[in-house]
Amino acid sequence: MSGARRVLILGGIALALWGMSYGLWYAIFAEHQALDGIGASLATGFSAAAERNTAGAQAALERYKEAKYRYDRQVDVHGHWIGLGMLLIVLGIGFERVGFSPRIKLLLALGLLSGAVLFPLGVLLETFSHGSFPQAAAIAGSALAILSLAGIALGFAGGQTSVE
Amino acid sequence: MAGSPSSSIGVNFRNMSSEFFAPLGARRLLVLSGIGLILAGMIFGDIFAVFVLHQNAAGVGASLSAAAHAALAGDAPTVLASFQNVGGFLENRGTKVDTHVHMIDFGYLALMLAILQPWVALGEALKKRLAWIFLFGAGVLPVGVFLIHYVGLAYSPLQSIGWASIFADSGGLLVLLATLAYLMGLLKHSASSAAPVRDELLADRSASARLLLAGGMLFVLVGFLHGAYYAGTDLYHHEALDYTILSQMSSGAAAIDGAAVESSLAAYGQLQGDKAVKIAAHAHVIEFGLLAILLAFFQPYVRLSEVWKRRWASVLLLGSLMLPVFVLLELKGGLIAGGLADFGGLLVIIALLAMWIGILRYTGALDATRREAK
Repeated sequence: MSGARRVLILGGIALALWGMSYGLWYAIFAEHQALDGIGASLATGFSAAAERNTAGAQAALERYKEAKYRYDRQVDVHGHWIGLGMLLIVLGIGFERVGFSPRIKLLLALGLLSGAVLFPLGVLLETFSHGSFPQAAAIAGSALAILSLAGIALGFAGGQTSVE
Repeated sequence: MAGSPSSSIGVNFRNMSSEFFAPLGARRLLVLSGIGLILAGMIFGDIFAVFVLHQNAAGVGASLSAAAHAALAGDAPTVLASFQNVGGFLENRGTKVDTHVHMIDFGYLALMLAILQPWVALGEALKKRLAWIFLFGAGVLPVGVFLIHYVGLAYSPLQSIGWASIFADSGGLLVLLATLAYLMGLLKHSASSAAPVRDELLADRSASARLLLAGGMLFVLVGFLHGAYYAGTDLYHHEALDYTILSQMSSGAAAIDGAAVESSLAAYGQLQGDKAVKIAAHAHVIEFGLLAILLAFFQPYVRLSEVWKRRWASVLLLGSLMLPVFVLLELKGGLIAGGLADFGGLLVIIALLAMWIGILRYTGALDATRREAK
């Protein structure tokens, strides 16, 4: 198995396993609590509105906003890590059809793997900090993944064949 | 890499294609069950889209409206009851979407593991056992998730997790362990100095395979770009709007301003629709792209004439394009766009079913040849 292929297939399976483990942990220890928190804050907000307590309603909706922000990202991270892991495996399987030199193929594989790790990681970090670093990491990761994928697509278009 | 097949004379390839596809062997189990899982997940998704999704969205809207109107009338107990209804509708929808997604994704993973079998350095009996464990888990998780809404917390020993969730999580754990074992087998192969493996699945360059590979790559790339565009232009805007509209709704209710509540309810419905169609289009175009690439590798196993293989590949790509495009147009095109999107999904299902039948025919022919040889 060539280096590039190894990076994609082994990296892809490891990433998918990581995403599954994260999903399993999240489903057991965090998801139900998160959903309960979202529902409770919304209900509290509107109950406060019914009691004409505007400040209480606003405070509860702020809690809803924060809980929903975290929940959406945590679920997205699970889906994106597994999805990107599967894409890496599929591309690794057919990587001998990419018509570039082994060095460029390895660079493309490393770029895609780094992007696939970094993009969801940046999204996950957004749940801990609203600063610009997590957002920058997510943007850099997605850009790396898209550019590498575009390079691989070009390589497939001008493909050659070798057997590993 | 060891050069092209034609230039590899003299290399000691382990050419075991028919052995790899032995009756009830790991690869055959994973291929047939993987496509079966994808088909079941897609049919479930289509039924859900036609008979549940819109009705459920209407239920969520009606319950939220009831909660807002109860707040307007100063009726706090009805607010709580209405939000319980919203929670029920959302759980019903969420678990069905999760069932659909997990079935299809486990099917994809099964197909990938099937392709990788020749590189997994484990005994065939162990590989077969792992395939059964994987498939058992891949069946238990979606069924468990589907039942969460109906079983609830009945007889559960835990405070917030019911039996259906426990079964679903156990299924996920089995899939995880089986995949981990296959990864160990791949690492073992990678570390060994075994002869290169030559597999007919990866050598195929037929027109149908090239069509699926090119179309699949294009769909994945378009899906990535669409996702980046959505994240850049809509994601944060949608999140801010979600909070602002709900805030206006509750403030309107507290101030007994009926007009503000009504306009907020309308805006909230519009926002949820906009968000749902964009995320669904992004997810579906990438998933269909992946499916097309995977099916490109399995074309040698599809025992149909080359013309029909090309036709089914074209039908699959057409459906894969129609579904996300018309999902995106659903807010403007209404029921017609929704119907065309569902029709696109149906095309994908029919093409996939045709390829599955082609693979079944291949296994039949392979087994008949084996029997004759004996």
